[in-house]
This record gives sequence, C-alpha cells and structure tokens, in this order.
Amino acid sequence: MKDVHVKKSIEEINKKIKQGKAVVVTAEEMVDIVKENGVKGAFKKVDVVTTATFGVMCSSGAFINFGHTKPKIKAYKVWLNDVEAYAGIAAVDCYIGAAQVQEEDPLNKVHPGRFKYGGGHVIEDLIAGRQVKLKAKGYGTDCYPLREYEAVITIHDLRDAFLYNPRNAYQNYNCAVNLSNKTIYTYMGVLRPNLGNATYSTSGQLSPLLNDPYYWTIGVGTKIFLGGAVGVVTWRGTQHDPDVLRGENGIVKEGGGTLAVTGDMKEMSPRYIRGASILGYGCSLMVGLGIPIPIINEEMAYFTGQSDADIYCPVVDYGIDYPNAINRTLGEVSYQELRSGKIKIMGKEIPTAPLSSYYMAREIAQKLKDWIVKNKFTLGIPQIPLPTVEFKGIKYDN
Amino acid sequence: MANKKIKKNVLLIFSKDIMYNPVIYKLAADFRIVFNVLEAKIYPKQEGRLILQLEGTEEQLDEGIKYLKDQKVKVEILAEKIKRDNESCVHCGACLAVCRSDALQYDNETKMIVFHSEHCIACGLCEMVCPVKAVKTASIDMEI
Repeated sequence: MKDVHVKKSIEEINKKIKQGKAVVVTAEEMVDIVKENGVKGAFKKVDVVTTATFGVMCSSGAFINFGHTKPKIKAYKVWLNDVEAYAGIAAVDCYIGAAQVQEEDPLNKVHPGRFKYGGGHVIEDLIAGRQVKLKAKGYGTDCYPLREYEAVITIHDLRDAFLYNPRNAYQNYNCAVNLSNKTIYTYMGVLRPNLGNATYSTSGQLSPLLNDPYYWTIGVGTKIFLGGAVGVVTWRGTQHDPDVLRGENGIVKEGGGTLAVTGDMKEMSPRYIRGASILGYGCSLMVGLGIPIPIINEEMAYFTGQSDADIYCPVVDYGIDYPNAINRTLGEVSYQELRSGKIKIMGKEIPTAPLSSYYMAREIAQKLKDWIVKNKFTLGIPQIPLPTVEFKGIKYDN
Repeated sequence: MANKKIKKNVLLIFSKDIMYNPVIYKLAADFRIVFNVLEAKIYPKQEGRLILQLEGTEEQLDEGIKYLKDQKVKVEILAEKIKRDNESCVHCGACLAVCRSDALQYDNETKMIVFHSEHCIACGLCEMVCPVKAVKTASIDMEI
C-alpha cells in the first residue's frame, strides 16, 4: 500500500460527515460527475461514493447461539426447520450454511431438482421474525445431561444470530454460456444449448470491489451495509485473488477479490436478505451488500467514475469447459453490452439475462448514501489491508 | 382503433362430449382470427386441452371467444391466470434467461424485469427458475 497517496484521509471525511458537509454520491452518479468535471474536479467535489450489490452469494451462513436449555444440552446435532446446522462448535452454538438443503429433499433425483428450502431460507425466515422449529440432539454428559430438545423459536428467542459470510461481493464474475447441445441448470441459471443465451452476475459500475480495484479503501474493519443493517468487513474472503487479469484502467477482468463480512441478523431486514432456490443446483442466499468508498485521492475518483462500458468480464462455457475445469474463455464483453440485452459470441448474437439485481443494488447504494447524509453513518477505518498487487498507474487527462 | 389487431393467449378445454367436434377452424373461417397452437394435450375420450394465441381485432376476438363458449368449450384467458408477486420479486433476471416469448423483458432504464402477462404462453419455466418463488403461472395442466 506504499504506492497509495492519500490526499484526503478517511478521518477528514468522517469529520465532514459529522458536520453534515460531506458530498456523497452513488457510483452510478459518480460516472456522470467524472464525465462532467474530470477526474481532478470530481476528486475535489466528492467525498464518498456508495456502491452496492444484491444477488445470490453462496459461501454465506449464520452463527447461531440458541441459549442454554434447562436442563442443559451439549448439542452435537442441530436442525432448524429440518435443515441441518453444523453443531461442532460448542454446546449451544451452531453454524447454518446457506447452501444446506432440508432433510428428505429429493435433491437432483428428478432432474432438475427444485431445492425448495434450505439454510438460506432459514436465515430469511429468522430475519423476517417467522417461527422456526429448532431441534437438537445431545449425547449426555455430566454437565450437559439433556439428550433431546425441540422448540419453536423466533429470532427474538435466540441469544445471538450473526450473519457470517466467508465469501461475498466477488469483485467480478464470469458471463456464462453453454456450448453443449443440451439445456443445463447451473448456479448461473438455466443455460440453453448451443449458445442459446448468456447470463451474468455483478452490478458492474455499482459493484463495491469494481470501484476500489486495488482495495485501497476497503479492508478489515470497513463498515458496510449488510442485509439492511450495519455490518463489517472481517477479513479477505475465501478465494480472494488480487493477481488476476486487469485492464489498462486497473479494473479486474475476471473474479479477483472477495470479502468476508459479518452483521447482526437481529437488525437486518428480509427485504435485503432472501433465501434462494436455484433450479437443478441447490439452495443459497441472496445478499444485499453496500460499501461506502472514501475518495482519498484522484485515482479513486477515476476508478469510481468508470462505467459499465469500461468494465469487462470473461465469457465462459458452462456446458463443457467449466465442469471439466478447462480454463478457457470465449472472449470478453463489457457490462454495457451485457445490459443492452444481447452480445455477440463466436459470431452468434445471443440474448443476455442478469442474475444479480441492479434494481436492488441501486436501492441499497441510495440507502447507504442516505445513512451517511442523514444519520451521519461514518466510515470505518481499515485496520488490516486486503492482499493486493502493485499499482502501475493509470492515465487520465484532467 | 377498432381495427387495431391485438393478441390474446387462451387455454381451451374440451370436455369429452365435445372433444371430437370440429370447432377451431371456424375461428379462421368465420371470425377471421389468426390462431397459433402453442401447446396441445389430448387425453383420448376424456378431455382435450389447447393453448392458442389468437390474433385479430378486439371485436373479432370477443366474437370468436363467444362462439367457443357457445360450443361448450371452456375458455381461460392466460393473462388473468398468471401472477407475479411484485412484493416478493427482486428483479434479478433468472426468469429472463428462460422466457420463450416476449412476456419478460429487462428495462435498462429502471433495471426492472417487466412482465407483460398478455404475451405469456404459460410454459411455466419462469415459475420453475424463480429463486424467490415470486411467480405463479398457469399451465396446460392447471386445475380449472
């Protein structure tokens, strides 16, 4: 991070926020501001750019402590609405993973399976305040004699419920197509044969890590919008990889960075956290996540000013290449092209469909902006930076 | 305006007492309706079901549908049977990837997935893929 020149510190920006003087815009609005004022002008004008994403994010889940029972139980098996939670943590602690499927689900025995209910749905039900059946099994110890426990609970009965997602907010992601000759049911949606369609899944110009491509401002300790509540970046996410292909503008052209995030489920809203059933694939969780980005220097104004036209992702075949771990891309497309509704791949024009909701991302970025402006939500100061790569500079005119 | 052509997708149910009567050709011959068979299922000696796209002026369609009803054909307008729960929909776009008609479209301004139920052909795929189960579609096998 020694190549980062801070011209406006987060402390200075926080002071402005507290004084009600900070200029806060969404990453979408920043595109036009940079176009009109230039990078230098935008840097002088804007203090914070809010970013957001809303979509299915596997590698999500929740730590739950259901409080001690009477008599006490050392639960070694736990189910919530018949979805198993990992209980090998402590007596009444467990972790429910978003992708865990309800017991007795037929899975893909009749393909494509529906995956009607899983861990993600339990998390949504809890956040919505709905009743959830808790079942625990103990093996009996001198200090924890109870062997079985069953109760109908709501989130209010739980001692703690923390969303803890080890990998969210992928910096960039593949555009998926299908070169095989049959319809496939993937985590990238239903892909029709012989390049019948394409799907993609980031909020592009609004997406958090695409706006801070070298992770100069987002680090461990960054305060975020998570599921409608204030959350925090707790570590780099699993599979975080800064050393990927980048464009001349510094923005990654493939997966790249990820974030591990945490927040209190008791403060979240079911509008921003939704259980998801993915046909033929499994259960997951839709996560609404927003990150404020302090414009600490001109480069950050440049990055946040990049638009969908400047951000590219690789086109990957999920019919043959992806399942067989063949590392090949069929080309790259910009998010502007993807959002136009059709792209041209291997000479063929094919329709596109998004999988993450730009509509909801926009709402979250706006909400985060309101938090900062109206509620004086200040920015977290990163305590540990995320692993990054050397910045080789970018070119801009003014 | 009266001559403006419109399209309507309908589910027709022929009970066993009328299922072998020639009825459909009259839509074209007498009412000048252009029809397109989108799906058909015949359960011999029990029931026949057809999903048709009808194209004509509003008057032609009204008269044609009245004729079908007079012939004891049960007529269901598909657009009235298909519902999207707009509170539940998150506008992700998973349904867009499977829609075979123009019923689902992405509005690049509002970033919403717009649902035009009148274009829906009731294939049921969007209901199957919707990750948050916001869609309730009709299908040729629906209980009437």
